Amino acid sequence: MNNRDTNFDQSPSRFKGKIITDEMAGKITRVEELAYILKISDVMSSSLKTLSPDHSMQDVLVTMRENRISGIPIVDDDSHALLGMVSTEDLIKCLANQDIDANLTKYMSTKLVTVNSFDYLTEALKLFARTGLGRLPVLDENGTLAGILTKGDVTYGLLRALEHDYIEEEVRRYRASHLFEDIESDRSSLILRYTIEHYDFTHGGSASSKIKRALLRLGANAQLARRVGIGIYEAEMNLIIHTTHGGTIHVEIEPHQISVYVWDEGPGIEDVDMAMKPGYSTATEEIRELGFGAGMGLPNIARCADEMDLRSELGKGTHLTMKFFLKGEDVVGEGYTGKGKKETENDA
Amino acid sequence: MTLDQIITDLQLKVLTEPIDFSSISPTHGYVSDMLSCVMTGAKHQSIWVTLQAHNNIVAVACLLELAAVIITENAQPDAETIKKANEEGITLLSCPQNSFYISGKLWEMGLRDQ
Repeated sequence: MNNRDTNFDQSPSRFKGKIITDEMAGKITRVEELAYILKISDVMSSSLKTLSPDHSMQDVLVTMRENRISGIPIVDDDSHALLGMVSTEDLIKCLANQDIDANLTKYMSTKLVTVNSFDYLTEALKLFARTGLGRLPVLDENGTLAGILTKGDVTYGLLRALEHDYIEEEVRRYRASHLFEDIESDRSSLILRYTIEHYDFTHGGSASSKIKRALLRLGANAQLARRVGIGIYEAEMNLIIHTTHGGTIHVEIEPHQISVYVWDEGPGIEDVDMAMKPGYSTATEEIRELGFGAGMGLPNIARCADEMDLRSELGKGTHLTMKFFLKGEDVVGEGYTGKGKKETENDA
Repeated sequence: MTLDQIITDLQLKVLTEPIDFSSISPTHGYVSDMLSCVMTGAKHQSIWVTLQAHNNIVAVACLLELAAVIITENAQPDAETIKKANEEGITLLSCPQNSFYISGKLWEMGLRDQ
């Protein structure tokens, strides 16, 4: 989506006349993105009132009034070719001349700016901005009139698309939140696995963020999702910072319990009791400069999890287990989403 | 107190995509450059004041659902970090002053740690 001219007025001013760089592309809003996804045919009005060139301006007046429209495409009866447009402005000129019985061809505009139905919406936005026109006739592949596009159609089309996005997320949430209701077994669980690379600070926190999002979709309350997210974040960063070859995060989600297993193959923790002490860290100076190695990671995990088990052997590796127990309406995947789930204040 | 007022009063530079800052009311403040301390101590909807500008601050802010991050002493996050913050809906702010000064100002405005 970079290097495209987006000099249209619906675009925020920061993009005006600028070439979009990769950096800016990251800041493109969903609406701007939609302008590159939606085709003009997706949003145009295709139920059209047209007139053939043998009508009078009186017919134009009546058609506009009856259909509450402000512009009429004039189309040849035989060839279906678009010949011109008559707008309210043309009608006003005609009324000023007291010339209402004139043939409409006398007043219609023939210098037309048109768009193609198969073009992206962004092309139309550019034209609206450049020409100041209020409506654009839309032509199909054969060059015949397929519809009319107004700024109102654009707004409505974008809103509809945004609403669709919203509904999609709601549906996803709803489906996921009933996951365990719909699948019958003696004991159902959902397992998420993530591989974490050593020293991959760029993706640090992405597994925990994804797990948190998954829990919210499953209907977990916000406080629980945050607590699990923080616990897993610390474990994830430990794999990035302290292991030789990274490690694995394995999350098993059941309606009443979330079990997190984190393991690596080295180097192992020399003294687990010391490692659990707040403030104790073996992180290098370089790591500390990045803000890690406060010696709070493992104590944080202990604080967040309902149960924690840490086993390590030097030269072999470390296994960490975290358990979170879900009570009452806090269960996930059984359709309790949003019901009576108030967040308490001041929880971290 | 809204984030909008804080940005105006402290003359903070908004690094991420502007949103409706007047609809955000930070409830607490927290200062630290150690991420795990933030994870332990910062409450959600807090303003976090830090010198750190690398991309992990976004993960921390996102997991804790912080109201905003103020990056002090003109430390500059890279484009990737700002992009990630926009994706996650995290507001990154920046200022030339140090964390002590900014925290003092936030305290003066009525923000507390608890």
